[in-house]
Amino acid sequence: MTAQMAIFLVLAAVAIAGAINLILQRHPIHSALSLVVVMAALAGLYLLLDAEFVAAIQIIVYAGAIMVLFIFVIMLLNAGVEERTNMSHIASYAGIPLAALLLLELAYRVARASAPLVAQPTPEGATRQLSLLLFRNFAFPFELTSILILIGMVGALVLAKRDE
Amino acid sequence: MNELFARYPILLVSLVKVAVLLFVLLTSLAYMVWFERKVAAHIQSRIGPYRVGPHGLLQPAADGLKFLMKEDPTPEGADRFVYSLAPFLTLSLAITTIALIPFGPSTIRIFGQDTPLVIANVNVGLLIIFAITSMGVYGVALAGWSSDNKYSLLGGLRSSAQMISYELSLTMSVVGVLLLAGTFNLSDIVRAQDGFSWHFLPRWNLLSPTLPQLLGFFCYFTAAVAETNRLPFDLAEAESELVAGYHTEYASFRFAMFFMGEYAAMITVACLAAILFFGGWLSPFPQVPAFAWTHYLPTAFFAAAGIALVIHGVRYITALGRVVLPAWGLVLCALAFICSRPGVIEVVQGPFWFLMKVFIVLFVYVWVRWTLPRFRYDQLMAIGWKVLLPLTLLNVVLTSLAVVAHK
Repeated sequence: MTAQMAIFLVLAAVAIAGAINLILQRHPIHSALSLVVVMAALAGLYLLLDAEFVAAIQIIVYAGAIMVLFIFVIMLLNAGVEERTNMSHIASYAGIPLAALLLLELAYRVARASAPLVAQPTPEGATRQLSLLLFRNFAFPFELTSILILIGMVGALVLAKRDE
Repeated sequence: MNELFARYPILLVSLVKVAVLLFVLLTSLAYMVWFERKVAAHIQSRIGPYRVGPHGLLQPAADGLKFLMKEDPTPEGADRFVYSLAPFLTLSLAITTIALIPFGPSTIRIFGQDTPLVIANVNVGLLIIFAITSMGVYGVALAGWSSDNKYSLLGGLRSSAQMISYELSLTMSVVGVLLLAGTFNLSDIVRAQDGFSWHFLPRWNLLSPTLPQLLGFFCYFTAAVAETNRLPFDLAEAESELVAGYHTEYASFRFAMFFMGEYAAMITVACLAAILFFGGWLSPFPQVPAFAWTHYLPTAFFAAAGIALVIHGVRYITALGRVVLPAWGLVLCALAFICSRPGVIEVVQGPFWFLMKVFIVLFVYVWVRWTLPRFRYDQLMAIGWKVLLPLTLLNVVLTSLAVVAHK
């Protein structure tokens, strides 16, 4: 087993454990913290694929900004421990078979994948290639997305100010 | 284990570097507190720590011992896991960033391996540092939330809002530097600042011939002071309103971890300021034969400090001081001698200038804290969103135009 494989296995195990813990925890803050662990493990996986830029952005945007906002809102609303309910019938009869089916399908696809799953390491890092793609080849969709986000923000403000 | 090190010699070398740097960093954290108290005292016409050891130099040791011996209570309604996690997060994240800081251009030899004066030379070093510091807000927010105390919660909320707001300006303020350097690698950013305009003015980003990054540095420093929760932006622990803010309930060594985390964050900010705006390890003197004597400046500095310490020490009032201070003076003199030896003199140039710059930035940090009064909370938010962010965006636009015009 190579060192890379060992690191991959550890990171994957941490990510999966974090995701399971996210569902099992009953307090929103604990769930949010588990999600942060998942994000950090994913960033580690990106690093393993020599995608340093994507790994750093993953931490800055998801773990450092979005999850901080989540925790901020949970703290602001002072959300308490959630109550456990009995599983709904739909969830217990349809959900588990469907989840099993999804897992099987994924396993089948991964097992049949022929292309190497590990990306080719780039000596100077992928930052340059990524920015060329974003700001030259896909400049228009990129700017369009930012306008879309702006519209969402304005919409949220309008909704929040409606009462006055 | 031995086999592992034989196969990956870089592991062993990195371990040695990490151990040395951790020791130096933790010691300097302790003495930053002493330094801050001394500077604060002299700004306020006091003497500062003086009783514990000569000139209060043993004060950090006494403080550390006290933190270890004190009772470490957990509040009744606290979330135990998160309550213990928060100080650990704060300190470990703040310390980790130092691994990415390059201290000099030359290599040193450890166990037969030539290795640069940096632990992790990453292509996106600057982004990784910002990624780690952006996680720092968790320590403060979680400490405030888990303490089950209204003052702690308010402090945690305030500082999360503040850190989210100023993180934008902090990140945007260095875009100017990135445009000038064209890389995220910290060592390459320093190398891009090499050279002199008109043979005397260093081409540091602060004085860059393309566009001096004065605005960028002002925004960076302001945002960084806010990001590290220091006066005049320390609303998270405003004593007059919130007792002690997010760490009200913490005592003993957990409190000390927050304390050390704050100073570690300051050191990171100062190191980054030196790298991004003041040319990192580059000497302020041109590297021409006429200025060859500047290579002996580290020697002169240590020798002057050592001799001054010996002369002052032999007349010190306590017997301990009359022994310890001259002894340290002699150590500094020996260091000065070592720094002048061939083989060593080239290696010490980079770290010497780098640490000088870091020290000056740290002094300004402390100076600002004891000079400016605290802002009101609405003022803080208004400065962050209505002044600082537009200024950083203006800096990005101006620098982009200047870079294009110079091509």
